[in-house]
Amino acid sequence: MIALRAVSFRYDGSPVLVDIDLTIREGDFLAIIGPNGSGKTTLVKVILGLLAPTSGEVRLFGKTPAEFSERGKIGYVPQKATHIDPFFPASVEEVVGMALMAGPRQGGASGRESRAKVLKALEEVGMSGSAGTPIGRLSGGQQQRAFIARALVTSPRILFLDEPTTGVDAGTQDSFYEMLDRLNGNEGLTIVLVTHDIGIINKHVTSVACLNQRLSYHGSHAEFCRSEVFRDMVTRGDHLVAHEH
Amino acid sequence: MQALFAYGFLQRAVLSGVLIAVACAVLGVFLVLRKDAMIGHGLSHIAFAGVALGLFLRVLPLAAALVVAVAAAIAVMKLKDRAGLHGDTAIGIFSSLGMAVGILLASLARNFNVELMAYLFGDILAIEPLEVGLTVVLAAAVLAAVRLNYGKLLYMTFDRESARASGVRVGRLDTLLMVLTAVTIVLGMKVAGILLVAALIVIPAAAGLQVASSFRTAVAASAAVAVFSVVGGLGLSLALNIPASAAIVVLCFFAFAASFAVKKGRGVRLPAK
Repeated sequence: MIALRAVSFRYDGSPVLVDIDLTIREGDFLAIIGPNGSGKTTLVKVILGLLAPTSGEVRLFGKTPAEFSERGKIGYVPQKATHIDPFFPASVEEVVGMALMAGPRQGGASGRESRAKVLKALEEVGMSGSAGTPIGRLSGGQQQRAFIARALVTSPRILFLDEPTTGVDAGTQDSFYEMLDRLNGNEGLTIVLVTHDIGIINKHVTSVACLNQRLSYHGSHAEFCRSEVFRDMVTRGDHLVAHEH
Repeated sequence: MQALFAYGFLQRAVLSGVLIAVACAVLGVFLVLRKDAMIGHGLSHIAFAGVALGLFLRVLPLAAALVVAVAAAIAVMKLKDRAGLHGDTAIGIFSSLGMAVGILLASLARNFNVELMAYLFGDILAIEPLEVGLTVVLAAAVLAAVRLNYGKLLYMTFDRESARASGVRVGRLDTLLMVLTAVTIVLGMKVAGILLVAALIVIPAAAGLQVASSFRTAVAASAAVAVFSVVGGLGLSLALNIPASAAIVVLCFFAFAASFAVKKGRGVRLPAK
């Protein structure tokens, strides 16, 4: 599904990502973890084609990001999604529908078809009753659900979430991860989650990629929890967040 | 009132004014939300050089201003990208240059200062049939271009990064928005004048945004404010023998004040910073 071979990225001459080899398979629930400034967000942006790697090769469904045109196959919720302009006059329905209007013929669907897709996506994230609500009036957790509905509305095969629970209270985080479990387990959606919350690894993800400019580990979550990399991270702290339940 | 509309000059003024008002208002909502509200101000200064050039070369000033403003809009985008400048810095450079070139040309020619004043302060009631034709075609083209790219423009304005990830070519849309704004500003010069045309971009949009709960209602409310101000301003200009451009902008401000009062009346509170 996604393959990176010897990918490096430099910003103003400084290395951010070094020699990354990574494969993401269909059905994975992958957590990309690492301390602040370790290159997690940059890695996702390189995969999506928002940043061009300095060297190496990225393949999305067998194509380079520049060649890859079926963007509806990818859902993306960026890190700053929770920091939207609170005065932006968009209803939840308009926000979710934006992803359908990104294609060559503004999604190619009629208004009625688009609306049905938007309402279905909202139902999927438990936001059916909020279609007409201005996005700025929702709580952080509800906004994040709306952004996930926007990422899901094109029926993607893979969903990228960059620090999705930042600023969201603990109770909302639990129901949020339950929703991701359902999307991954029941509907087979591949999920890539950028986080520095190592507490979720045991409960939710199937594989882990541990990044600090280089990939120090990529494999199953069970092996990761037994690995020296994990022990070192917990011992050092590494600005990671321990989950308290 | 009916008798007034029997006059050809008034029909031309209302037709052009309404179309330009709608184009300004629609673009204004995108620009204000992008925090690019001052682009209209900058491009109107650049258009001043175009008007002066047109008068200097004895070609239709509106056409010359159109070419200069569109070329400058593209140059601003290129300068911003290649020199790594902020948008307002690039606009500041070109708008100052535009005013300087306009003043130089006016000084060299010495004989068209009266005509130049009409462009500086606007004179919609004196719009020529040829200019009306140009205005109708271009304003309709601007609105059609926005309609065609509405979803992508909205997505880019709300969340640029997600729009890029979804395949929206944001660089091309930035250029399109700048070119459409340049065209609209040039058309708006006849209505409000170079000095006040930016108000038609900013104030109706700001008013619409005060009361809107969705993007569509913001666009509709903004267009309604702009049309009300232009038609009302023309009426006041005729009734009180005052400059139409000033009357239009003052009405825009009253509409903004009213929408602000409506928002306050609803008890909408500002989020904590």
